[in-house]
Amino acid sequence: MADIHSVIGTKNKKGQTYTDTWKLMNEAPRTPSFFTGSEVIKEALRRASCDVMIAYPITPQSEAAALIGELFAEGYIGDYFRGESEFAVMSQCAGAAFGGARVFTTTAGPGTMRAMENFPMWSGARLPIQMIVTCRGINSPLSIQPDTLEIAYLLNTGMLVWHAETAQDFFDWILKGYMVSEEPDVHLPLALCCDGFFVTHTKDVVNLTPADMCLPPYDPYRSPVPCMDMECPPVRMMRDPFVMKSNYISYATHASWQQEIWAAVERSRKHSIHWLNGLIDTENTDAEIIIVASGTAVSQGREAIRLLEDEGVRCGLVKVKTLRPWPEEEIREATKNAKHIFVPEFNVTGWLAKEIKATISNPERVHAGPRVCGGMTMPPEIIVSEIKTALGMKTFSLAGRGS
Amino acid sequence: MSDYRVLPGPEHFLPPAAASMGICLPNPGEAHINGVIAPEEKAYEEAARQFLMAKVPTIFPGPLVLWAWNEKAAKKATAVRHLFNTLVECVQPGQKPMLIPMPDYRPKYPKINPEVEINPNHPNLTIWHNRIDCCMFIGVHCHQANLSLKIIRGGTSCYTIAMCAQAGHEDAMLSFRDASVEKIMKLADTVKRLKGTVQPRLASANNGVSS
Repeated sequence: MADIHSVIGTKNKKGQTYTDTWKLMNEAPRTPSFFTGSEVIKEALRRASCDVMIAYPITPQSEAAALIGELFAEGYIGDYFRGESEFAVMSQCAGAAFGGARVFTTTAGPGTMRAMENFPMWSGARLPIQMIVTCRGINSPLSIQPDTLEIAYLLNTGMLVWHAETAQDFFDWILKGYMVSEEPDVHLPLALCCDGFFVTHTKDVVNLTPADMCLPPYDPYRSPVPCMDMECPPVRMMRDPFVMKSNYISYATHASWQQEIWAAVERSRKHSIHWLNGLIDTENTDAEIIIVASGTAVSQGREAIRLLEDEGVRCGLVKVKTLRPWPEEEIREATKNAKHIFVPEFNVTGWLAKEIKATISNPERVHAGPRVCGGMTMPPEIIVSEIKTALGMKTFSLAGRGS
Repeated sequence: MSDYRVLPGPEHFLPPAAASMGICLPNPGEAHINGVIAPEEKAYEEAARQFLMAKVPTIFPGPLVLWAWNEKAAKKATAVRHLFNTLVECVQPGQKPMLIPMPDYRPKYPKINPEVEINPNHPNLTIWHNRIDCCMFIGVHCHQANLSLKIIRGGTSCYTIAMCAQAGHEDAMLSFRDASVEKIMKLADTVKRLKGTVQPRLASANNGVSS
């Protein structure tokens, strides 16, 4: 067993230098590149010292999965294959992670839902798998378009859940994500979400770290559970007495196991703050009006703030980067001066607004919207309109006909 | 900082994980005592004091030190044996140090023999049976250690110490981190140094067991 620190400065089989991750992310030179989000996933993975990537095709993640196949062909990934379905993929990811591999997968929408049974299993088994979720519609009638409803289902799986706004977030967070989720006191899977198409299929300037530098390899010997011990939980899943017996001790053991998973989510807070420079980003939090958003709704909120400034309305912004761990204290602090809190979202239920209402005092300050879903875009003007309406200012309808 | 304190129980029917109550793990060079971050030097003193006070001070070595899976593990096992021998030398008549292994994590219902082993899924059985009032976990995988430490806090009055090779354990009443042979030896040295200066609580230990 080699100490991970001992490999820093040495080269892998592709000639990449294993680099201290903090130096790689914060000190290494960056090259501006004009890439789609899918291409950025590939470039991040090129530098991630990933052992195994498994996926099943589903729009809008298929392109990223296919591009990673090219990485495999080039020799950057240890193993790569297509599973029989998303459920199979996530089970296969578990097997690879149980065996001590650094594992990566991508999915979207109905694929996420089909694979759902595996996610609490991953977290219960303390498997630090990274899963990219390129969010899209999940309900019938079919929609492949952007919609973030699937994130709501991931929030209580025990996984870490981060929501990227841009392709740059994506690039950095894929690499940093492994650093957080592989900490022995965390050691949980990470669902790194983005809004499908808006991020995956649009081009943006992304500053990339050098391609000849890569993350240190995963060290499975730091795992908080034994690596692939077929006789012990969590590998020995279903026939264990503490799962199957009906008595106080077996229930208490299982309950304590669940508590430990959520304790690990809490512990990820410190590491996430360290790597992401905080769980939220803020602008103008002394303003009486604050927009709180995650994903690409942040970008739309930022543009709405610019439009409002032109009309003399000052507005602040909170970008929520991590949904699990949930930045409770940070949001409370950032919104303490706000009289009105607007939460624009790309889903029908408004799960982010519900989380925020449950977090802050005087939740009647929260205006749970505007919301769009099913693939609709969210013009900044509708955020502006929502805010002006709440303030009693005159606004115009964006509905077009009939107005 | 959280007002919650990690104290000997019995705490609750289902006590919370300390991390969910706002207790944070120490940074390198630190330890925690009752959930409050403390200098590591202070933790050596407190751990030694707790050992010397206890009626049945016990070390629970786990698989990571019980099996000679690498050279470091074998050296740690030797250091653990040295710590135990030091305890035996330093306690007063009436105190009964024990060394009880946690060889693996397989649930062993209903036949665990609490005199010879401890199991992470029902550690309270071993604590209760042997009336252990102070214990130290070492070489136990972190997830299993947290599971055990929380169950012990829930159902017993045992004082728990973790000598963790990784980031430490909030669910112990006292936790070291980055455990090494040197740290185990230093704890043994501290026990030796404090020998005779600590009054054992021989009459009061009942480990949460109803009499």
